[in-house]
Amino acid sequence: MRDLRTLPAKIIVAVLLVIVIYPLVWLLLGSFKTQAEFLNDPAWSLPHHWQFSNYSEAWTTGQLGTYLRNSVVAVFPALAFIVLFGTAAGFALEVMVWRGRNAILLAFLIGIMVPGQMILLPLFTTYFQLGLTGSLWPLIITYTAIGLPLTVFMMASYFRAVPREIFEAAVLDGASMFRAFFFVGFPMVRNAVFTVALVQFFFLWNDLLIALTFTNSSDLRTVQVGLLNFTGQFGQTQYGPLFAGICINVFGALALYLVLNQKIMKGLAGGAVKG
Amino acid sequence: MERVLGDKKTILVLLGPALIVYTVVMLAPVVISMGYAFFDGNAITGFTWTGTDNFQRLFDDPDVRSSLWFTLKYGLILTVLQVGLGYGLALLYVFVLQRGSALVRTLIFFPVVLPTVAVALLFQKLFEIAPQEGPVNAFLGVLGGSPIDFFGDGGHAFWVVILMDLWRSAGFYGVLLYAGLVDVPEEMLESARLEGASTYRLVRHMIIPLSMPVLLSALIFSINGTLKVFDSIVALTNGGPGNETTPLTLYMFQTSFSYGDYGYGASIALMLTVLCLLFTVFIFRSARRDVTEA
Repeated sequence: MRDLRTLPAKIIVAVLLVIVIYPLVWLLLGSFKTQAEFLNDPAWSLPHHWQFSNYSEAWTTGQLGTYLRNSVVAVFPALAFIVLFGTAAGFALEVMVWRGRNAILLAFLIGIMVPGQMILLPLFTTYFQLGLTGSLWPLIITYTAIGLPLTVFMMASYFRAVPREIFEAAVLDGASMFRAFFFVGFPMVRNAVFTVALVQFFFLWNDLLIALTFTNSSDLRTVQVGLLNFTGQFGQTQYGPLFAGICINVFGALALYLVLNQKIMKGLAGGAVKG
Repeated sequence: MERVLGDKKTILVLLGPALIVYTVVMLAPVVISMGYAFFDGNAITGFTWTGTDNFQRLFDDPDVRSSLWFTLKYGLILTVLQVGLGYGLALLYVFVLQRGSALVRTLIFFPVVLPTVAVALLFQKLFEIAPQEGPVNAFLGVLGGSPIDFFGDGGHAFWVVILMDLWRSAGFYGVLLYAGLVDVPEEMLESARLEGASTYRLVRHMIIPLSMPVLLSALIFSINGTLKVFDSIVALTNGGPGNETTPLTLYMFQTSFSYGDYGYGASIALMLTVLCLLFTVFIFRSARRDVTEA
């Protein structure tokens, strides 16, 4: 009876794993093939001599190095702002007591649903008028704003779980609420802050819409926009370097995922339920 | 105590930055974008008032009709498939694999974190026909079929987009719904099973009703995400062939930035926002009716 139930289950799991993993194996093998091997050999053949130069080609001629730097410069400052502003706002909305805080929390909630298309045009006009379009500032500013709603909402619900007596005790000991936030509140939700930052990192790093709209020169492209325009760099499709470029992106994410998978799964799923 | 917890200056300092950024960069643009819908022009040429012309145009434009149809078809089909497949995975994790499911869960979740553009380029090559024959067409050849030009035909391209997004998201919905299912009390299922309930009846009458709240979150999250689809389409088909796989989001983007028509672009964006709102409210209301009837 037990075997009858586990055999079909084993087959299903095996098929699922092949579907998830095979494309990635094919991608990795492809990143070592030559152009001729791509065009002439069957899809599942192995590379004959491993073409490591695909990677240096992707990095220099494909300008992947520049794109990665742009992504880092745009995403990490935005992440820092999101975490700092979002946590402080979550604290002010949940721990502190004042009239109108529920209305403000609701206003933040609306932002989770609004499509990016709805803010692009006024922002583009404003950045253009302010002369910011030749820099990465439009990305940093926009990323900070679109990351805030979910962050404020998630941080508020984490602070809800912290007993209010802790902050009252800190205040009785003579701390101001400002100090209570930085030295009691923030350290207490440290883990949650990390989870939220991780979730936002994936959202921002994988963003295409905002980056595509606000990067008007090829020097400013983020990784995603750069990858999208990869074919153009060489005229016709150069499979090897393209695959190497995709590989760097995919296996970079894999490395992060290997270390932090439990946190990432919990964070992303939690963000969806709360959102 | 009340005075310290309600200290106005502290609230201002802590809440201020987030509220200012959010208001200036999100709320205000939403309102201004609604205003744009009554104008023609763009950031460079300036704007001229046209009243409700843009809305009239929305109704007459065959491209709006086809991209709205694509958005709805894509959103509904993908939502049903990804929540359905995710639910299947969650049931597999909880009731078949049980404690051994952690590794499988982790592996199947992995595509979720991958950059969409990278995945789309990978799928483009997987389903390619020429100059390189991708594994999918090679596999069809082995089975004795003839290769298919997946991106040369709107119907085929649609299903490649759906397949890719399923590949990317199934693990996510699996984990999301798994979290709801592990809360179903074991003893309740055990006693129902002892009384002779079949697996089908168990799922239909106990597990689905009990996991309704999380199923609902999944549905709302999914329809909201799929109606806004942009990255996967831009990177995989770029709306083609022709405009057969162009959703509203991409049509809005092209109208605004390729043709410089901000006013019309803004009215398409408004239409999209209203659509998202309608679906969210609709799911909420129909779900509430279900719960009260049961």
